Amino acid sequence: MILLTRKAEFSSAHYYWNEAWTEDENRRVFGRCANKNGHGHNYTLEVTVAGEVDPVSGFVVDLKELKEILEREVVSVYDHRHLNLEVAEFAAGTGMVPTTENIAIAIWRRLEGKIPHAKLHRVRVYEMDDLFADYYGER
Amino acid sequence: MAAGVATSAGPKAYLSRRYRLSASHRLHTEAYSAEENRAVYGKCNNPHGHGHNYAVEVTLGGPVHAETGMVCDLGDLDEFARTHLLERFDGMNLNTLEEFRELVPTTENFTRMVHRIFQGFRGARVVRVRIEETGNNSFEIGDQFGRG
Repeated sequence: MILLTRKAEFSSAHYYWNEAWTEDENRRVFGRCANKNGHGHNYTLEVTVAGEVDPVSGFVVDLKELKEILEREVVSVYDHRHLNLEVAEFAAGTGMVPTTENIAIAIWRRLEGKIPHAKLHRVRVYEMDDLFADYYGER
Repeated sequence: MAAGVATSAGPKAYLSRRYRLSASHRLHTEAYSAEENRAVYGKCNNPHGHGHNYAVEVTLGGPVHAETGMVCDLGDLDEFARTHLLERFDGMNLNTLEEFRELVPTTENFTRMVHRIFQGFRGARVVRVRIEETGNNSFEIGDQFGRG
């Protein structure tokens, strides 16, 4: 088995807010991230898949196909969007705060089962170069 | 997690934070002769020492709390790192510190020490510490999560 990682980038706006809490609680827990006008990041996504090398093609997956899947399932949905307002999994009522951890989990759910010939191994999301979250599909 | 906020556990994820610090060191042990020290440690044995810009990557593992979407409060982690990592080691000569009085300040030993220090963080479990000594050398210790 071999691991293969493909990178993609998207830039999005977000803010942190738990509707079940008062405004004071939100400000205390989330600090500056609770600004409802939002703020943004250049995110870097690294998707790692695991699989066997095809003896004929020498590929685990066709990288061009993987690139297209990331573009279709993630980048086209997240890039230059406001995650809280424009992306279904983080919309009001879902209770899903668009933290780096939850973005990694949401991307895993978007990609799971959609990559032919390989198993999704890890989703890593960098919010900045000194902060990133990993999700391996653990419940 | 911030005090007084009830939380419930969600899927398990890992959060990594990188801290930068600069310190000097000299690799030398009294257990070797001067000649042996030079042979083993080479230019790192220079009596005047030398320094690095270290990048310390700390990884926390745990359930993502449903209410906050977080593994732990980043402010708590940064505060812990400021007190127990940066104020203690940044801008220092590692050989002069009590911690390295009888321990050669290789980055292997430094990584083990930082990993042990972060076991004292109560916000979430620190599962891995990785230190880049230069862009070419890095050292890590911790769980072998995400096999392979």
